[in-house]
Amino acid sequence: MEKKKRGKPILSKNLQLWMLCIIPLLQIFIFAYIPMGGLVIAFKDYNYSKGIFGSDWVGFDNFSVFLKSADFIRTTWNTLYMNFLFIIFGTVAALLVAILLFSIKSRNATKVYQTTMIMPYFLSWVVVSYMAYAILHPSYGVLNGILASFGLEKVDWYSKPDAWPAILTVCYIWKHVGMDSIIYYAALMGVDSSLYEAADLDGANAVQKTFYVTLPTISGLIIIMTILKIGGIMRADFGLFYQISRDAGALYSKTDVIDTYIFRTMRVIGDMGLSSAVGFMQSVVGCILVIVTNGIVSKIDSEKSLF
Amino acid sequence: MIKINKRNSTKQIILNLFFTVICALIAYPFVLMVMASITPENELALSGYKLIPKAFSLEAYRYVLSDPMAVLNGYKVTAITSVATMVLSVLCMAATAYPLARSGFKGKKFVSFYLFFTMLFSGGLVPSYILITQYLKLTDTYWVHILPSLMNVWYIFMMRTFMQDIPGEIFESAEIDGASEFLIFFRIVIPLAKPVMATIALFMFLGKWNDWMTSMLYINDQNLISLQYLLQRVLKEIQLVLQNQNYVSNVDLTTLPSETARMAMAIIVAGPALFVFPFFQKYFVKGLTVGSVKG
Repeated sequence: MEKKKRGKPILSKNLQLWMLCIIPLLQIFIFAYIPMGGLVIAFKDYNYSKGIFGSDWVGFDNFSVFLKSADFIRTTWNTLYMNFLFIIFGTVAALLVAILLFSIKSRNATKVYQTTMIMPYFLSWVVVSYMAYAILHPSYGVLNGILASFGLEKVDWYSKPDAWPAILTVCYIWKHVGMDSIIYYAALMGVDSSLYEAADLDGANAVQKTFYVTLPTISGLIIIMTILKIGGIMRADFGLFYQISRDAGALYSKTDVIDTYIFRTMRVIGDMGLSSAVGFMQSVVGCILVIVTNGIVSKIDSEKSLF
Repeated sequence: MIKINKRNSTKQIILNLFFTVICALIAYPFVLMVMASITPENELALSGYKLIPKAFSLEAYRYVLSDPMAVLNGYKVTAITSVATMVLSVLCMAATAYPLARSGFKGKKFVSFYLFFTMLFSGGLVPSYILITQYLKLTDTYWVHILPSLMNVWYIFMMRTFMQDIPGEIFESAEIDGASEFLIFFRIVIPLAKPVMATIALFMFLGKWNDWMTSMLYINDQNLISLQYLLQRVLKEIQLVLQNQNYVSNVDLTTLPSETARMAMAIIVAGPALFVFPFFQKYFVKGLTVGSVKG
């Protein structure tokens, strides 16, 4: 006993801690760092039989092919535009739900509403695509049924791209509003209630209280959440765009985003070089955006920043 | 006073009405799916998807489950990979988070940055795809479902933040008593970090349960595709769940349920999860509000 207590352990504390985390860190090396090195493919004309190292160098050809194509403008625009819609409408919806839910006095009712609204979050985009299909089906769909009952003509939604920014935004809000509102709801619970009492004494009504007490006190959080989302504006939720639109070619003008383009170029067209070049650009721009937006966040509230 | 109360209660009624409508709208697609799945096919073909069908039939379920092998197999693959991912990933992430939270670990800075950098920059789809298919040769194995998605840096930092709040004296006194770091990790850290580990375990489980991407990219073997991917393919080709030719041969082909069978399939896949996950709602919510996860 005495010896064990006094003597140094065979392995130093530091070494033991390294041993704990070395295998997990190895996983990250394999699945995150090696693919970064694999980005050389973006500068090559990748050929399966020649492998990564044997394939011919083509310099920046893959990049210039993409930047000169119409796909570049379309996919980049769609990614930015759709994410912009999601941020604006998603945030407004989440805030609205949080503020109104906070005004409900019955605890039980609040809980029921919250549980119902969170439900969609647990479903995969595949399941959601079935629901969208039941609503948007060209001949049996609910939406066309409603149109028909008003004497309007049925619309083949899966070949009408102009409707899709709205459809996708609705799907996004439907799935995320419950979870997103929780963050704001939690913040509202932290607002000093004496502020509301003071507002009551001054005779403020509910709308005034919302605009002069509630929103200013949680504005910091709103700004930070928004900026963080802007940091990820180059990345699209692949499942949303791929599953809900059922990968319908007729909709690409509005639903084809960078992530679906990368996937299709790789899997359907099989151009590995082009696909990884697009991924490379997305990663670089995304990285810069995260660093910039994070810099802004840390200026506002260093507690909330990522680093 | 009475007037104010009255106004307040009208306000409450309006608010409650508003949320009832919102919740009805949110639940609507799901109810629609359930209703469509119990509608006879010819009724649906006649009047489309309806919230309240005019007739009732379980034909779609009989049809889909006439050969349940595909569905059962999907459940098997998804259950095995979800549980394995959950257990392994939480263990691996905790083992990485603990040294980062432990005072006196030389390498804290390096490991933090090493992890953090992967959040900033990634190689993207193509290099990972080539690595997994050409070099690691993980195509058509259970491993491809589990290994690539084992580590989530965001969750590691979440765990570390939680572990940093465990008083350092606990570790130190254990160290003085001669406990090795492994012993401290398994006997002290894991029990104390249970709340955050439970939350993250649920997120990992849910993520894997809803995963279709892995199967789409890396699985060709029908026996290894996940439930969600099976569902995705069924939307396009309902025949997939219908390898049972006996059923087809003795039924009039025109009444073959296809629309309703799709919906029945979606219910079979989504239903159980939808009933189970809300019970863990408070853990999911905790995960969102756990606070700062600075790197």
